[in-house]
Amino acid sequence: MKRIAAAFERRNRAGEIALIPYLTAGDPSPEMTPALVDSLVEAGADLIELGVPHSDPLADGPTNQRAAARALAHGVTLKSVLQMVRQIRSHSEVPLLLFSYYNPILQYGLKKFSEEAAAAGVDGAIVTDLPPEEADELRESFDEQGLALVPLLAPTSGEARTRKILSLARGFVYYVSRTGVTGARSNLTADLRAEVEALTRLSTTPVAVGFGISSPEHVRALSGAAHGVVVGSALVEHVASSRPAEAVQAAGAFLRHLATGRRPGPEGRR
Amino acid sequence: MNDPDSSGRFGSYGGRYVPETLMSPLAELEEVFTHLRTDSGFSSELQKVLRDYAGRPTPLYLAERWSDRLGGIRVYLKREDLCHTGAHKINNTVGQALVARHMGKNRIIAETGAGQHGVATAAVAARFGLRCTVYMGSEDMKRQALNVYRMRLMGAEVVTVDAGSRTLKDAINEAMRDWVTNVRDTHYILGSVLGPHPYPLMVRYFQSVIGREARQQVLEQEGRLPDLLVACIGGGSNAIGLFHAFLNDESVRMVGVEAGGRGTARGQHAARFTGGRRGVLQGTYTWILQDDSGNIDPTHSVSAGLDYAAVGPEHAYLRELGRCEYSTASDKEALNAFHELSECEGILPALESSHATAYLRRQAAGLTPGACVIVNLSGRGDKDVDSVRGIEGGS
Repeated sequence: MKRIAAAFERRNRAGEIALIPYLTAGDPSPEMTPALVDSLVEAGADLIELGVPHSDPLADGPTNQRAAARALAHGVTLKSVLQMVRQIRSHSEVPLLLFSYYNPILQYGLKKFSEEAAAAGVDGAIVTDLPPEEADELRESFDEQGLALVPLLAPTSGEARTRKILSLARGFVYYVSRTGVTGARSNLTADLRAEVEALTRLSTTPVAVGFGISSPEHVRALSGAAHGVVVGSALVEHVASSRPAEAVQAAGAFLRHLATGRRPGPEGRR
Repeated sequence: MNDPDSSGRFGSYGGRYVPETLMSPLAELEEVFTHLRTDSGFSSELQKVLRDYAGRPTPLYLAERWSDRLGGIRVYLKREDLCHTGAHKINNTVGQALVARHMGKNRIIAETGAGQHGVATAAVAARFGLRCTVYMGSEDMKRQALNVYRMRLMGAEVVTVDAGSRTLKDAINEAMRDWVTNVRDTHYILGSVLGPHPYPLMVRYFQSVIGREARQQVLEQEGRLPDLLVACIGGGSNAIGLFHAFLNDESVRMVGVEAGGRGTARGQHAARFTGGRRGVLQGTYTWILQDDSGNIDPTHSVSAGLDYAAVGPEHAYLRELGRCEYSTASDKEALNAFHELSECEGILPALESSHATAYLRRQAAGLTPGACVIVNLSGRGDKDVDSVRGIEGGS
């Protein structure tokens, strides 16, 4: 959890938005995941989200569905994702967050998972289909282990839920930029920046925005408003369409490209 | 009666495991439904559509020749196969279409396995002038080509789902993805007692008309309560629909019949209570067919409507309480039962419902002579004629 706060602070103090790339763990192959992470960190990533592949990713669009299917075909499970984390943690201090559906964690055992994830070097997790109403038990286990259970907020959450969720936030808050599933979009909604600014005024933890972010312009549009921005499907697609020998380099290059938008444009504040 | 708690739990089962985007819309749906179920105007509107459009009440039919064949028990069939569109599914889609209208949503979406729920949704969409999209696995579209055509005839858009096992589970994933994207103007008519709260409660509410009618009818015709109720269970909506009105009648045994498929090996059946464990799938905590890492197992059943990896949470609870029993019937037993009812009674049962009749065939000898049984004949078998002919190579 400490690593998360420090990463946002370091980046934001420099007047830049934190970049949080997402990769499906084990895609395109389990061996490549640590090398991809290193390449992204080298290119300016501040935190890393590792997706735990699931057979029924109902919050994901086609790109991440395909990535999950490829990872599952390699036999990747929550257990082997923790092994990848150990490997990365052996030489890197980058904050690592798991992005998972609830059932794999539930089957692992909430307490056992929390203990082993913390020991492996995980900093926190985002559990897509676990709203705060169902999350008490996992949050307690996470708190005991110093792991951050990062909540999601959506455009439909409304004020009362937003306040409640913010009060339960650990690490940061993940704001879903639009109703829908994960996936790159050409345009962000017109109101997004104003929504995010309103949210950051209410929140005592950093606010990161995800879903649909795919270009330096998107990053710039949020820079100065949000503390961080998550880039998922666009990166996954980039890796998937590269030749295996070039994927690691391509991931880094794409992130560097996005990072050109990390300082606010003329309208940016803070 | 027997409602879930405020968090949508039947005992430890149920709940609301969905992306944050859907939480407020589900709360709104719960609020509207909670209001409507006690609103007399809504109730009479629903009654009228069920009577004049869906064809209710359905008969409770004493199957005399089949009863004789089974050895001196008295078997009644609750004729949901005679409902408009050919199955009990219309009870729920009528109800939810009215709810959608009250919420001001002008687009509805649905998933379908056997196609019966898709057809019932397409019908009410046409009836109420709502736009309609139905998601269906490509494997199921092959098995149920006729139903795909029926949906299109009624103006629904049918979207092929090619992900995963290409069956009901994948169609639900896709419908949820549509809903999370278009939730502001779209109502999702989930077709069974599955998914996040309030769906298991709301679908039960609309299906429990089956048991209310059956209870009154059997008292009139037989002068007493039945000894046994039997229904097939995919998600479990026709079963809970029949059982619910009898839950407080202690003398009435109830059995839900899951798909035993081709055997007990992983991927060969959809028997969640014998091959599964507790877990979360598609919004609810219940019994699920899954592997050790929490990924969902493939399922198999000759009947597309039972071919699903999770069972409705209230059934998990009723089983835990010991109030209802659960058993299985294999593909082969279901096919045999399909023929037997066709030959004895001139009624082609759906392959789903044939699992319920198959169970009774197998167990009949152990029942007291004169025992009174109600089987929910949840759907008609016309849609399955091609599949049966294909499997058996007849002409």
